[in-house]
Amino acid sequence: MSRALSQVEQFKALVSWLRSALRESEQFTLSYAAESSAFVRFNHAKVRQAGEVQQASVSFKLIDQGRHADLNITLAGDPQVDQQRLAEGLQQLRETLPLLPPDPYLLLNHDGWQSTQVQEHPLPDTAQVVEQIARAAEGLDLVGFYAAGPISRGFASSAAAFGWHQANSFNFDFSLFHANGQAVKASYAGHDWSDAGFAKRFEQAREQLEYMGRPLHTLAPGEYRAYLAPAALDEILGMLCWGGFSAQSIASKSSPLQKLYAGDQHFSPLLDLAEKVSGSLSPAFSGEGYPRSDLALIIAGAAGEQLVSSRSAAEYGLVANGAGGGESPSALNMAAGTLPEAEILKQLGTGLYISNLWYLNYSDQPAARLTGMTRFATFWVENGEIQAPVNTMRFDDSAYSLLGSQLEALTQERELILSASTYDQRATASALLPGALVSRLTLTL
Amino acid sequence: MFDFHPQLKQRFAALRTGAEFFSLRYVRESGQYLSVRKNVAEPPHLSRDEGAMLTARVNGVEAYAATNDLSPTGLQAALDRAEQQARALAAHALLDLRQHTVSSERGDYLSPDLQQPFPSLSECYQLLGAESAAVPKDDRLVNWQVSIGINHVEQIYLNSAGAELRQAQRFVYPGLDVTAYDGHDSQTRSLGRENFGQQGSADVISRCGLIGAGPLVADQALQLLLAPNTPQGPRDLLLMPDQMMLQIHESIGHPLELDRILGDERNYAGTSFVKASDFGHLQYGSRLLNVTFDPDIPEELASYGHDDDGTVASKQFLIREGRLERPLGGALSQFRAGLNGVANSRACGWNRPPIDRMANLNIEPGEQSLEQLIGGIEHGVLMSTNRSWSIDDARNKFQFGCEWGQLIENGELQGVVKNPNYRGISAQFWNNLSAVGDRSTFKVLGTPNCGKGEPNQVIRVGHASPACVFSNIDVFGGDA
Repeated sequence: MSRALSQVEQFKALVSWLRSALRESEQFTLSYAAESSAFVRFNHAKVRQAGEVQQASVSFKLIDQGRHADLNITLAGDPQVDQQRLAEGLQQLRETLPLLPPDPYLLLNHDGWQSTQVQEHPLPDTAQVVEQIARAAEGLDLVGFYAAGPISRGFASSAAAFGWHQANSFNFDFSLFHANGQAVKASYAGHDWSDAGFAKRFEQAREQLEYMGRPLHTLAPGEYRAYLAPAALDEILGMLCWGGFSAQSIASKSSPLQKLYAGDQHFSPLLDLAEKVSGSLSPAFSGEGYPRSDLALIIAGAAGEQLVSSRSAAEYGLVANGAGGGESPSALNMAAGTLPEAEILKQLGTGLYISNLWYLNYSDQPAARLTGMTRFATFWVENGEIQAPVNTMRFDDSAYSLLGSQLEALTQERELILSASTYDQRATASALLPGALVSRLTLTL
Repeated sequence: MFDFHPQLKQRFAALRTGAEFFSLRYVRESGQYLSVRKNVAEPPHLSRDEGAMLTARVNGVEAYAATNDLSPTGLQAALDRAEQQARALAAHALLDLRQHTVSSERGDYLSPDLQQPFPSLSECYQLLGAESAAVPKDDRLVNWQVSIGINHVEQIYLNSAGAELRQAQRFVYPGLDVTAYDGHDSQTRSLGRENFGQQGSADVISRCGLIGAGPLVADQALQLLLAPNTPQGPRDLLLMPDQMMLQIHESIGHPLELDRILGDERNYAGTSFVKASDFGHLQYGSRLLNVTFDPDIPEELASYGHDDDGTVASKQFLIREGRLERPLGGALSQFRAGLNGVANSRACGWNRPPIDRMANLNIEPGEQSLEQLIGGIEHGVLMSTNRSWSIDDARNKFQFGCEWGQLIENGELQGVVKNPNYRGISAQFWNNLSAVGDRSTFKVLGTPNCGKGEPNQVIRVGHASPACVFSNIDVFGGDA
């Protein structure tokens, strides 16, 4: 029996026990998350820190007479121990509910939906991957992180809904440093490790590193034409997704896109942005028990749909569309433009080619005015030719300018960016994005 | 408390391995997050978590395996995996740890008032409900939320050299925020939340100032809505402790982390403008700047007896009279760099390995009262409560924003200004430190949200600071 089947069966056993233990007036939702991960950290092309992590947990909501509470329980992987922990959790929640008032914003999904996605593509042996990385990085200053293994997510409810998502994946996120301290960033990620695919990606990064050896071009603060590569655009969208499309944030006036949703601002008509769950790497259901819908968030530069959790649906009279409690997108998809990749430098002419941005935050959140840094391969381009890497610079600009009035073009080609985030657990978020050519980027420091 | 200790010790004693050194770090954590938003109690979020990390050293190469299976076979399997990993990757290991000494410390550490029961869930909801109800009725107040987060953490560290360390801690995070909106702009004012957390009991809620704060915080949100933008240009800058903590964190704490200086974080959190050769030489700030690693303030978030590698924690000056003395580096980084450091090797939980973290990083108080600090400013601005932070990967060029600003002219506080932002360069900024507040301005603060490391870790850090004045800083406002 494979590990995946073993986990799904363990989850089903817990669900089955819970159904039998419930009182007539009680309802539940139970979501499951587990992963086994190999983690290898590199510095100076050597292994700095390596290990494995095996973890599993359930998030258990008990509902009774309009009252509800949530309990997250770490599982041990032993069916008897886990059933005991769930029983103790049930008892804790039963003791908690009478202390609470009924929740006016409780909205349960009573559909008995079913969803199963299992991808068991074999992953390479960690030692072999390390061997391959070490060979490729010989003579180079490589810093990076390899994370790989199976991830499982599950959901079940007293309304007979059941979802199971399991996938094997790897993500090698790395940087190559030149002796002068300049660096390029790259990643090789997916389900199917290919030696040739890795070698090609590594070679691209190595070629870019050649440019980093040129003498540094020092820029003064001011306004510049700029090309934002997909990874740089991903950072900007990442900030806008921090409450930007959330129904609760929009209603409570804490969304950075509140002016967009109020109709007071708009992006360029070139901009179409969607949360496209179908075909993405993330589960097709949310942790609170709704199948996730594809959503058109920005349509030709104007506000589209919002991400609506069940709580927001109840509070604001909206329709829940499968957003989790945080109401953040996790499968972004921006429509491609018309600028061919081969034409980027020519169309840019003279300005900045920005591969990555870093550490963004708001200068004025309601105005969607952002600040952040250039990082990794950022080049000065003159007359369509890369001249030199530039020193680290800070930008400060409104998103309505960068992706609105100053957006000249989006690229024909798009890049699939798989999240390398491993806070608490390995992320399944992704973004399929083009690059963006902007006629004015304001640098301040 | 520590009820799993006897069983764990027995299971640890039964472990078998070919490793020359091994350790086990067990962590059990329970938490509850309670909130009332716009007078509606939100469902409580409760949690129970436990697991262990086993580390094995084979021929000077270490690897780890973390497991949720705490049975004897589960722990043995994890130790076996750690040992196999150490052997499999030996040819490519960066470090040879054969000469690196390990801890054989024994001891217990408890949070203050740990035995004192915390108010019940009902009492907490009552308090949150009362504060929420105290927010005045005003159509412009569109959102407000009052919350308390409580975490209990027990950790037991055992190793094959005889170390036996136990710590039990309770962390409390009270918070309140109010958002005001006028149909065009919105402004949020907060108390606590990401800017405040301490170890202790119900007294933490009082020390945060949450009780009775609703009307004042709401009034300040409305004042901000009516206020003009912060003017642009150079001014003297008076930072209150709830912004100083962010300033210390980003532009002293992170650049002094020794693992960053050694290059470990170059692919993620970044590097540092500080070099290993700067310690003992670099004038980091003005002579008024005294920065300490201080694990001895009991209520501060990262006070503890030993770090997660078993090194004894004690107060150390990192910067004395402006001169850089030592980095934030734990035993392993000290071994690698040949520098003295501090006991700051920390992990955020059982499933992440220890790395260099900030712990408690404080600025020592000076000699001026708040009135004296304000009185000494001819043309300036006071800024309070962090809301935005951005800094480059070498921790040098920064831009920070606050919730609350007040102009200062000719030694007197003037009107409120909104969207107060400032920018600077760490290597120069601390040399502009021109006055340091006395103990009456000193506050013990902290945040649960410091992110770093691969795999990623978010950990609690403490920062205590007086109010401080910086001369001639570039300040500016927002668009609205």
